[in-house]
Amino acid sequence: MSESVALEVFRFLPDDETEPRFETYEISYQDDWVVLDALNHVKAEVDPTLSFRWSCRMGVCGSCGMMVNGEPKLTCEAFVRDYDSDTIKIEPLTHFPVIRDLVINMEDFMTKLPTVTPWVIPKEEKSLDEGEYLQTPAEVAHYKRFSMCINCMLCYSACPVYGLDSTFTGPAALALGQRYNLDSRDGGQQERADVLTSHDGIWECTYIGECTQVCPKDVDPAGAIQMLKLSYAIDWAKSVVMPWGRR
Amino acid sequence: MSVGVISKVYPMRSHTVSAEGGAAAVISPTDSLDDHAYDTISGSDWLADQDAVEALVSEAPREMLQLEHWGCPWSREPGGEVAVRPFGGMKAERTWFAADKTGFHLLHTLFQTSLQYDAIARYDEWFVTSLIVDDGKCQGVTAIEVATGNLQAIGAKAVILCTGGGGRIYPFTTNANIKTGDGMALAYRAGVPLKDMEFVQYHPTGLPGTGILITEAARGEGGILVNNEGRRYLQDYDLGKPLDLDDPEHPQKRTMELGPRDRLSQAFIHEREAGRTFQGPTGDYVNLDIRHLGEKLIDRKIPMVRELAVRYVGIDPVIEPIPVRTVVHYMMGGISTDVMGATELPGLYAAGECACVSVNGANRLGSNSLTEILVFGARAAASAVMHAADSPDPSDALLESSVRDEEHRIRSGWAGSNGDGETVAGIRTDLQETLEEGAGIFRNEQALRETSATIADLKQRYKRLSLADTSKTFNTELIAALELGAMIDVGEAVAHSALARTESRGSHQRLDHPDRDDVGFLKHSLAYQSDGDPTIGYQDVTITRWPPGERVYGDV
Amino acid sequence: MATQYLRPLPRSWWLRKANYFLFMLRELTSLAVLAYAIFLIVLLWQAADDATFSALFETLHQPWSIAVHLVILTLALIHTGTWIALTPKVVVLWQDDERVDPDLVAGLNGVAWLVVSGLVLWLVLS
Repeated sequence: MSESVALEVFRFLPDDETEPRFETYEISYQDDWVVLDALNHVKAEVDPTLSFRWSCRMGVCGSCGMMVNGEPKLTCEAFVRDYDSDTIKIEPLTHFPVIRDLVINMEDFMTKLPTVTPWVIPKEEKSLDEGEYLQTPAEVAHYKRFSMCINCMLCYSACPVYGLDSTFTGPAALALGQRYNLDSRDGGQQERADVLTSHDGIWECTYIGECTQVCPKDVDPAGAIQMLKLSYAIDWAKSVVMPWGRR
Repeated sequence: MSVGVISKVYPMRSHTVSAEGGAAAVISPTDSLDDHAYDTISGSDWLADQDAVEALVSEAPREMLQLEHWGCPWSREPGGEVAVRPFGGMKAERTWFAADKTGFHLLHTLFQTSLQYDAIARYDEWFVTSLIVDDGKCQGVTAIEVATGNLQAIGAKAVILCTGGGGRIYPFTTNANIKTGDGMALAYRAGVPLKDMEFVQYHPTGLPGTGILITEAARGEGGILVNNEGRRYLQDYDLGKPLDLDDPEHPQKRTMELGPRDRLSQAFIHEREAGRTFQGPTGDYVNLDIRHLGEKLIDRKIPMVRELAVRYVGIDPVIEPIPVRTVVHYMMGGISTDVMGATELPGLYAAGECACVSVNGANRLGSNSLTEILVFGARAAASAVMHAADSPDPSDALLESSVRDEEHRIRSGWAGSNGDGETVAGIRTDLQETLEEGAGIFRNEQALRETSATIADLKQRYKRLSLADTSKTFNTELIAALELGAMIDVGEAVAHSALARTESRGSHQRLDHPDRDDVGFLKHSLAYQSDGDPTIGYQDVTITRWPPGERVYGDV
Repeated sequence: MATQYLRPLPRSWWLRKANYFLFMLRELTSLAVLAYAIFLIVLLWQAADDATFSALFETLHQPWSIAVHLVILTLALIHTGTWIALTPKVVVLWQDDERVDPDLVAGLNGVAWLVVSGLVLWLVLS
């Protein structure tokens, strides 16, 4: 069963044009199509010059984030049939510079990612010969949610703080810091403190909470950041009241 | 020692991220390395090189522990030990898992851990177009920085290809868009043979329409496959007898739904031909029933299966069976390497799906692939480091001339933008259709000859390709065209290798040669690129301790 | 690289989405709480003797003043409500490997504050 829809797509071709424009593609679509299928149809049959990122088409690689009718979405999870309007507006993720068409520059995130120390700093050293670190299912559960981030950047698009000030470390990076802080094998909470508690870190967050709303993997970065605020506030209080307690 | 990581996508997007079920390594006291080896070798229908398999199974536990130490969130037993689950073709429970997002967690753990090393320089979204070969050695690559369109040479004392398989040469696949066999083509064009390309694995349980993978873990936890008569049809295909669902032994290892993938996919085709599959809007399917596992277990151990079924086919597997069908999933074949990951070309190494050592032979067991990439990735790295330590830097003159030559080759590879040429999408669709027609699950000489001829024609049509997009900045049509060139080369190797193998073994089934022929074909095929059709050579399989036997599943 | 296109956030960003607007309102409620706290301090400071205090109290009893107080009470309650809703984000409780229902945590917190408020009210009135 085939219906039709108009895709109003943001185009920006910096080699030839200085200003972006919108191009409208009228297409027929099938009932089980996602917006990504529609874009691929345009690229294959109508306009091969349309550029966008995509890969897994099953919501796990994080490549295909775009603004669909003003909301940041993974286009591989946004079904065309769920949009009531005759026109679907597709734009690159907001708060990022546009390289071309629907492709954004995400180098800012790639630079920030290593700064939150996103690797295990072992609480106790253990050689491989001694086997695995024991970690109960409950201990895994404590950080599991925050480990589900696919780095799709929808949260950065939803966050007005990041939109107003791109020096903000941002939801995904901060949530990843918390993932490691909560991992029972990790003892690096102090190592991460400088970056996480810097003025670009957790304290720049004003808990608008939109990041959690748009996250396609239910990571709850807003929750991670508020937890970090409490943890580091307690750490700070302890350091004032019991300065000898520091490692 | 400095390391450059060049990837056409950001590293978190690599297709490893989609792997779901788990990675196999012997950890249980009742399991043994020999059992893991035997399962792998018999699963491969005896085409795996046994020295490579022995290396795989013995180094696997250490590699997996290393990932655990690096933070991988493996699912655990109540006492905190790493948990393992049953998987297809495996006699014991040895598949480590991180819920059903094992590949995602492995990739992110490894990538994030790598961020602490300054010696690793990354070239994100750089598309490698050729290997630089000089003085009989591989000395680097030429690559396009996609964001700018600039072609540059990156000199290296050793190059390791980890570019994955090429499932996108088929029309219906679990594979991501990026799985176009780029690295295989790079090696092929540099004169390195592609080994065992005829062996293409169809996974038995993909979602109809999209081809999205439903992990084997669903069956490992006890899921069953049922035809339109409500029958667990695998019992009719020499895979043992079904147990009652509440039998504590269900699911029985190496039996029924835990048989090897090639046999399960072949069974689906037979069922379809007998009219016992369901008819859906996008084709035939059977039912994967996991209702009896209960919501709690599903949400704990295979949550993504539920998410994917709900989202993409509107089915909640807690209350309804999931429609599934066979789908192209993995290429056992690839760049020919030895057990240390080295190719015939000094300075060039390969590991993972793009390589063929071979550990998977004619059919890969589920959860051996994630293990393979860790073990052989490490081996290839060790080999490359040793080679690099003894090698001089590539000369600037070489790098400069490589860029010039490559720019010329790319520009003259197809027609200009005169509007009446072929399109990327058009040639790609024709390639996919002909491979599905002639090089699918069941093959015969006639169809393979036709497919080979079609591909030869596609090679000519490719030269008449005209690109609508002539810009430099992030030109994805150019990248797609380059990927298409790789896909055609890979498809050619598949078709011709399949034509030459006149026996049936594992996932290569010839209706005109239905038996396995150890006398004639206990060998790997080697496809060498030539001016016309590829030439196919052979290399004996290495047998150490397991002489070829019959593959027996069910009630072992 | 060729020039990239930048899209700076306009000043009216908070009018674009319902959630952003509600966020701004939430932040404004804190101003109401702050304003009233300042008012109370000024009141205590200014009304040092009985006569001034009685005069001020008469003014405060006017209908318009009651209305303003009700508005401020409403804003303060909203403010409190958003704080209580925030608690489960920060206080994550576990029962083995299952998370305790966030609504339960928020609910218990709300109840606790009601009890405390009731106590204070009783102390003041008695």
